Amino acid sequence: MKTNTKYILSGLVALLAAGAAMAAGADLGNTTKQATNWTAIAMFGAFVGFTLYITKWAAGKTKTAADFYTAGGGITGFQNGLAIAGDYMSAASFLGISGLVFANGFDGLIFSIGWLVGWPIITFLMAERLRNLGKFTFADVAAYRFAQTPVRSFAATGSLVVVAFYMIAQMVGAGQLIKVLFGLEYTYAVIMVGIIMMMYVLFGGMTATTWVQIIKAVMLLTGATFMAVSVLLQFGFSPEALFAKAVEVHSKHDAIMSPGALIKDPISAISVGMALMFGTAGLPHILMRFFTVPSAKEARKSVAWATTWIGYFYILTFIIGFGAIVNLVQNPGDFYVGGEIAKGLKGGGNMAAVHLSKAVGGDLFLGFISAVAFATILAVVAGLTLSGASAVSHDLYATVFKKGQATSEDELRVSKITTICLGILAVVLGILFEKENVAYMVMLAFAIACSANFPVLFMSVLWKNCTTRGATVGGFVGLIAAVALTVMSANVWEAVLGNPKGSAPFPYSSPAIFSMSLAFFTIWLVSILDNSEQAKKERALFPDQLIRSETGLGASTASSH
Amino acid sequence: MSQHTDSYAQIRNNPKFQSLIAKRNSYAFIMTALMMIVYYGYILLIAFNKEWLATKMGAGMVTSIGIPMGLGVIVFTIIITVIYVRRANTEFDAEAAQVLKEAGK
Repeated sequence: MKTNTKYILSGLVALLAAGAAMAAGADLGNTTKQATNWTAIAMFGAFVGFTLYITKWAAGKTKTAADFYTAGGGITGFQNGLAIAGDYMSAASFLGISGLVFANGFDGLIFSIGWLVGWPIITFLMAERLRNLGKFTFADVAAYRFAQTPVRSFAATGSLVVVAFYMIAQMVGAGQLIKVLFGLEYTYAVIMVGIIMMMYVLFGGMTATTWVQIIKAVMLLTGATFMAVSVLLQFGFSPEALFAKAVEVHSKHDAIMSPGALIKDPISAISVGMALMFGTAGLPHILMRFFTVPSAKEARKSVAWATTWIGYFYILTFIIGFGAIVNLVQNPGDFYVGGEIAKGLKGGGNMAAVHLSKAVGGDLFLGFISAVAFATILAVVAGLTLSGASAVSHDLYATVFKKGQATSEDELRVSKITTICLGILAVVLGILFEKENVAYMVMLAFAIACSANFPVLFMSVLWKNCTTRGATVGGFVGLIAAVALTVMSANVWEAVLGNPKGSAPFPYSSPAIFSMSLAFFTIWLVSILDNSEQAKKERALFPDQLIRSETGLGASTASSH
Repeated sequence: MSQHTDSYAQIRNNPKFQSLIAKRNSYAFIMTALMMIVYYGYILLIAFNKEWLATKMGAGMVTSIGIPMGLGVIVFTIIITVIYVRRANTEFDAEAAQVLKEAGK
């Protein structure tokens, strides 16, 4: 206990600092504040203390821009696979999917499959080409043989827009979660996440961010495994027995064993599926992870490990959701508002996994899972900030404004300034959006990633006739179409803008099938109509680009330390 | 790029390079198509035939066919990724290394 005291204290100091900075924090958000959970706070404090210690170690290794962006390219495939899994297993996928299984059974499974199927696509089409052509950001790859200014400006815009929407959803999630997990105020969470995340990125760059992800991924996988095994143990490791009990006690009974209302019309189903499948291959904070490994071989190993861990994790969340059904419904007094099932779970439907942790592991394990859930948000936000900072410093500052003449020191300085700006922006947006409905934002980020970033990346690498003009125009068309159609869909038009139900002009759940096709079509059309001298030069460069992307000849290697 | 020009020309004209990218691209294409068939097939099955997915695994059981199928899609996703990576990391990488070696790299 003695050694823990230091960590608990450091955690408390961080909390108090956040509290002093924002004393007036009364709120009436979407979640209800619960009693202060000191075990969870202490464990989270320990996590922060330990990761800040790692950040201090990483800071000593972060001297150049390459160290900051890619940890010097010295991460192994196994480590990077865990870090990618860490980036991807957000609090939304842990609490949200298990909550969905808890509420609807089968439908939760459909969602988790959708989140996973993008990984083979990245593996087959992108991983080694990204590693062979790129250096720091996915714009390096997209702009490889093109005019730097327009393509980089597009790629930086695409990155920053995706990062912004993803980030707002995470910050608001952090604020809502802290009320139920720790019993603290919304604004504490937002400010605390902002400060700690800035410390990771600012001082430790990619090295610290990667290790924070790895630690978090291991904690999350361990905790989820413990919960799933505990649940299966109750039923002698027979899924049939678990499902039978769940069907017996769940208010929807046998309906939880079959697909329900999640998939309404086939077009929405395919469109959401495309956003998830191809959006994953366009997320800037995921793509930049491919530059942290030394070779294409390690890049492929990273995705194989990442896919394995993420797939395993989704199987666990399914078991956890069913475990929550059988454990929570039978003890309404402990887990439901006023002890009545009709009034819903304490803290809301997303708390199923958290309550289950108490049911199977007591208060100590509840504290652990709560701390892990919150640490998850912190780590994801750090990854997002790093990719946003790289887009600004490497793509906009060093390439567009300085025309490639910036020194490593200058680039590093700009990254750090951007990190601070993004940190402050994240806190401000988190507070501004507290009472807004942000449920659509993660899906919007995926829609933009699959309609803007992915088509440009895909066509520039794989289609020899693609030109600067085609990539830039097509990319922006995809981006605008994804945003416009999302605004016109029920999720924003009715749920956010308050128009009457049924009035949304765009009838489907996701724009991907239209906006992504439109982007590919525009890139194709504008490219074939492009007969400029520049376009001829760019097409002539394709064979050399192909050799590098396929063999790794001339690919950037790990920086030496 | 200039000091590499010779090796680039040599690689471009090496039939082994041409056959490597043809083989790898068709393999990647088949694997992508397989993944899309499995995933969108499952989604369309849910959209068009919910009743069939709700069929029980056996008499007196509660587990429906859709659940092992769904978990099967997850396991398939992992396996297909690992299979591709193993082949790429051994066979394709060895051939790429050979092509580079013949170009004096």
